[in-house]
Amino acid sequence: MATRLDTNSENESVDIGEYQYGFHDPTDKYVFTGKKGLNAEIVAQISEMKNEPAWMREFRLKSFEIFEQKPTPEWGGNLSELNYQDIHYFVRASEGQGRSWDEVPDDIRKTYDRLGIPEAEKKFLSGVKAQYESEVVYGSLQEDLAKQGVIFTDTDSALRDHPELLKEYFGTIIPPDDNKYAALNSAVWSGGSFVYVPPGVHIEFPLQAYFRINSENMGQFERTLVIVDEGASCHYVEGCTAPTYSSESLHSAVVEIIVKKGGRFRYTTIQNWSNNVYNLVTKRAFAYEDSLMEWVDGNLGSKLTMKYPAIYLMGEGARGETLSIAFAGKGQHQDAGAKMVHCAPNTSSRIISKSISKDGGRSSYRGLVKVDPKADRCKSNVVCDALLLDPESRSDTYPYIEIEDNDVAIEHEASVSKIGEEQLFYLMSRGLTEAEASSMIVTGFIEPLVKELPMEYAVEMNRLIELQMEGSIG
Amino acid sequence: MSLLKITDLHVSVSGTPILKGVNLEINQGEIHALMGPNGSGKSTLAYAMAGHPSYEITQGKIEIDGTDISELDPNERARLGLFLAFQYPVVIPGVKVADFLRHAMSNVRDPERKEGEKLIPMREFRKELREQMNDLGMDLEMARRYLNEGFSGGEKKRMEILQLALLKPKFAVLDETDSGLDSDAVKVVSEGLSRLSGPEMGVLIITHHERLLEFNEPQFTHVMLAGRIVETGDARLAAELHEHGYKSIRERHPEAAAEEVSETVEPV
Repeated sequence: MATRLDTNSENESVDIGEYQYGFHDPTDKYVFTGKKGLNAEIVAQISEMKNEPAWMREFRLKSFEIFEQKPTPEWGGNLSELNYQDIHYFVRASEGQGRSWDEVPDDIRKTYDRLGIPEAEKKFLSGVKAQYESEVVYGSLQEDLAKQGVIFTDTDSALRDHPELLKEYFGTIIPPDDNKYAALNSAVWSGGSFVYVPPGVHIEFPLQAYFRINSENMGQFERTLVIVDEGASCHYVEGCTAPTYSSESLHSAVVEIIVKKGGRFRYTTIQNWSNNVYNLVTKRAFAYEDSLMEWVDGNLGSKLTMKYPAIYLMGEGARGETLSIAFAGKGQHQDAGAKMVHCAPNTSSRIISKSISKDGGRSSYRGLVKVDPKADRCKSNVVCDALLLDPESRSDTYPYIEIEDNDVAIEHEASVSKIGEEQLFYLMSRGLTEAEASSMIVTGFIEPLVKELPMEYAVEMNRLIELQMEGSIG
Repeated sequence: MSLLKITDLHVSVSGTPILKGVNLEINQGEIHALMGPNGSGKSTLAYAMAGHPSYEITQGKIEIDGTDISELDPNERARLGLFLAFQYPVVIPGVKVADFLRHAMSNVRDPERKEGEKLIPMREFRKELREQMNDLGMDLEMARRYLNEGFSGGEKKRMEILQLALLKPKFAVLDETDSGLDSDAVKVVSEGLSRLSGPEMGVLIITHHERLLEFNEPQFTHVMLAGRIVETGDARLAAELHEHGYKSIRERHPEAAAEEVSETVEPV
């Protein structure tokens, strides 16, 4: 029997250029554009425009107070130039949500066509949410999943249609006082995804959400809540882009995940913001008895990313995995990592973090492994690899380990490598150009992450890396 | 018929002169052996020919059919038909053997190919790869592994010979100097080489192993001492060195022997 030989797809030619999602649509047809700046009045106005129940309005206003009280973090990246008063906190681009792409306004639909979302939906997705500016403009879910009780909707609609679920879980995994940006999101959140998978239901193909910022000085604050009930399983994929403007935009999401007993959930993010976006995101999952939670987290672009997806292993035998990759180019700082908190016995966790820095870009791994006194016989393994493509680039590792139990096995390995002169020479001596060779080395470096992605995303990821690699060597 | 010609080649590594005027001519179809004690500059010659950036050519030139390649990048030399089989091939994690080979073949076969242009058709590539791997007794599964990652010494050698078979260079340099080879690896190299060499390929075998030369009897044997080729003979010279070592060579060339440095200069 012949062995199948894997190689790159036939379509090798890539349109190499600048950030390819940097285009933007006209904004003059927008239904509503909130004034720039932030105060209690604007917070209340957002709640009012969405016809929210009183408890949510209170929650927002309380969160805004917390936001105002909390100082800007002085660790991580440089946030001193972020001007909260120079941002639109709420922009409504269209009236209502489309159930077919025909119902989505032309300009917006064209954007998603260019991003390839409707095509992907047909081919390999169980459902799609497309968020444009502050709100979801398109939503779909396969009928058979809906019949089994799966809920996949935007969080605004969920608040209206499933208030009992929202009241029970919203803000329980990440309370507003968790950090400044969780407070900000809790005050001005809009859009995002709500997923509920009933007990024992397995969703075969991924659910996808796509987040697009279009306007200048826009703040996007989506709020995602996922509940995977007992013995259920689901894969959720999220992609993000924004146009290139000379002034900054802010993306500050909160993502809360609950995986109940025996459930499995994988959350895959490929973020590719333009390099003027502050990307300050709080992501956390609670994983209960014998469940499995996985974050697959790809960060390209942005001016500054601060993102450390966390898993709290709450029940005995729960497992958590984070696979993270960051690519820091010119003028970018990727401060990314992961947190694993072992709260129960026999829990295990694994973190694999890879970063690539080029053209003076800076990447940091910031991670926490914490073991509670009760978490006997837990295991954790952390591997960080950094690849530096030139002497101007920088990589740092900040691993925090807090162990309060004696019966544990914790491993941490970190390595930094320069793109190997010997590797380049070897490949070039076989006829590869320097650019081809270095691109191949980088692609190989992230291969452990890429092979975890659904196939279409793996192709996309490799393509994005090739684009980022353009002109990096020589 | 192609000619590889090295004229008065001087090479420095980190400012230290290693090669001090090497002259060598290899015609397509000929087999040459290069021998010499450790530190005499054999690997330096191999690396300098292939264009390693740490090996600085300070004087002289390397020509293929009259084209001076000494200023060219390694990939351009490969496209002109030069191949170096590495003594210590590097590991490249995450890069699948098949991907790498297809890129390499596409570039070497089509010197006009620009970056990002079409690779050789998958069907053609697979067929040829399968044939060559079968001939070398390699498991096809190996093409899906990552380049040299976790390969045994013998597997690494086979991989080098596989590349030689697929790239079909006009001139192959085999840098096998060290004693790190087990007898299986020697067998792989020598059998593979004897199958592949022929009127289309000029070969320079850098070796300590008599056995490698039994299978591939050289028409010419060169002996290097302190950065120069001090003697050239036929296969009998190799046999003599194998039996008696370099003592008599040093006696015959006292000036070069006096220049020998005590510490070995390893390839970087």
